[in-house]
Amino acid sequence: METYTALRQFADSWGLLAMTLFFAGVILFTLRPGSKSHADDAAQIPLKED
Amino acid sequence: MNYPLETAALVIGTFLALLGAAYAHDSLFAAHMWVLFLTLGISSIVMLRRVSFAPVGAPRAVPAKSEYFDEVIKYGTIATVFWGVVGFLVGVVVAMQLAFPDLNIEPWLNFGRTRPLHTSAVIFAFGGNALIATSFYVVQRTCRARLFGGNLGWFVFWGYQLFIVMAATGYLLGITQGKEYAEPEWYVDIWLTIVWVAYLVVFLGTIFMRKEPHIYVANWFYLAFIVTIAMLHIVNNLAIPVSFLGIKSYSAFSGVQDALTQWWYGHNAVGFFLTAGFLGMMYYFIPKQVNRPVYSYRLSIIHFWALIFMYIWAGPHHLHYTALPDWAQTLGMVFSIMLWMPSWGGMINGLMTLSGAWDRIRTDPIVRMMVMAVAFYGMATFEGPMMSVKAVNSLSHYTDWTIGHVHSGALGWNGMITFGAIYFLVPKLWNRKRLYSLQLVNWHFWLATLGIVLYAAVMWVAGIQQGLMWREYDDQGFLVYSFAETVAAMFPYYLMRALGGLMFLAGALLMAFNVTMTILGHERQERTPGVAPAGLQPAE
Repeated sequence: METYTALRQFADSWGLLAMTLFFAGVILFTLRPGSKSHADDAAQIPLKED
Repeated sequence: MNYPLETAALVIGTFLALLGAAYAHDSLFAAHMWVLFLTLGISSIVMLRRVSFAPVGAPRAVPAKSEYFDEVIKYGTIATVFWGVVGFLVGVVVAMQLAFPDLNIEPWLNFGRTRPLHTSAVIFAFGGNALIATSFYVVQRTCRARLFGGNLGWFVFWGYQLFIVMAATGYLLGITQGKEYAEPEWYVDIWLTIVWVAYLVVFLGTIFMRKEPHIYVANWFYLAFIVTIAMLHIVNNLAIPVSFLGIKSYSAFSGVQDALTQWWYGHNAVGFFLTAGFLGMMYYFIPKQVNRPVYSYRLSIIHFWALIFMYIWAGPHHLHYTALPDWAQTLGMVFSIMLWMPSWGGMINGLMTLSGAWDRIRTDPIVRMMVMAVAFYGMATFEGPMMSVKAVNSLSHYTDWTIGHVHSGALGWNGMITFGAIYFLVPKLWNRKRLYSLQLVNWHFWLATLGIVLYAAVMWVAGIQQGLMWREYDDQGFLVYSFAETVAAMFPYYLMRALGGLMFLAGALLMAFNVTMTILGHERQERTPGVAPAGLQPAE
């Protein structure tokens, strides 16, 4: 198979699936129960000093 | 402090530049090498004159390793102000050249050469220095660690200034590879790659050495900016030089592939240089200035991932109705429209950080500047997706509407957030109680805001009129207007646009004055906005 065709097929199948799953995973992880207190701590980092 | 190795490298570089000028394959390369020779030669002399010949063992002033490395950030702040004024000034000049073609002074100051000078001075010199300086500041504070790599920070700063000088003089000499926002030729590109890798090492090294367990979200944006710009720069500038000591090179891609690579680069330069990097600024300096944490930290993380996942696909909208396959054009359009969501999520997050402190907009002109920046971010990221829709693009593309759009983004969003960050940084870096004058900041705010509004509004009218004139047919099927007629119709708009630019420049000059006076340690006696003057009693 031509390199272009092979890459193209990979990109619009497994590549697309992997990226979509990773993206959805990141969103779900960010919004997981209990993440709010951790996020509130992180938001204070710039205000800690000077 | 002595810098023996650095000085030696400068002297050797000067000599190599001389050799380059002597053995150049073409006269332009020779001229460019003379510029390099002069720049490096003067730098060598400066370095040699700074050598201290204290006897061995004599105590020398060595800065404590535990302190933050702020000296390079001071230089970066001054460079940002300086290049900003230069870039805006060239902008006013090119605006006048469009209105009055006689101002094109051949050959060095033709519009074709001053235009990339303007875009690169503003984006890469002003914006780039702002990003490097603020990223060094933010990464040290939020990691609670000194900048990694010792003097590598200095190399990044001075190496980047050398890139700016070589790029700018190259444009005026007529050296270009003809790719928008990527005009420098191969040897300047190689230099920028070296500097950028050093930048990545300094930034990542600081993150690795951090004492704060969590990596604050501003650093994520800065890191995405650094990594993606490295990738874009390298791929888009893949080229084969014709000669080892000549200016000319040929792109590794050809035809529509070259065009797509260029706009994958061009749009992501907007997405990662002008958006992600400056969002890093927003997520640090707005919370600092209003002294409140960001509205929703989790929204900022989603903002980050959504932005970097979507931006990278939006480039093809620059190639609507070209030889690019239709599916790729549609893909670019769809991703551009989806980008609206993370952009506005980020805008709301930035604005809502002020919730409970809205009065600061009235009393603090620096906060007002930052809020205006975020408002323009929202405006430009709404306009952009709209213009990427094919039907809209068929009217707007190649017209001055596009120019208006990029200026409301660049002047409104990038400019205003940078001004805000500079006004925040200068008193902190130079240990001053406050700025020289807050009223001058207020003047700067209004000059800049009204300048942008005038500029953008005029370009909307000009662009839509231009687009409509180009596509106007009579009942016989002939075009109604010749191209020259559409150019002549633009004259009043071009004058008004130059006036808008002039107002923006005047604001920047006030900032330069204000920053200089603050550094020199002066404080102007003035009434603080929002505070009743002393001696007035509240009514009983």
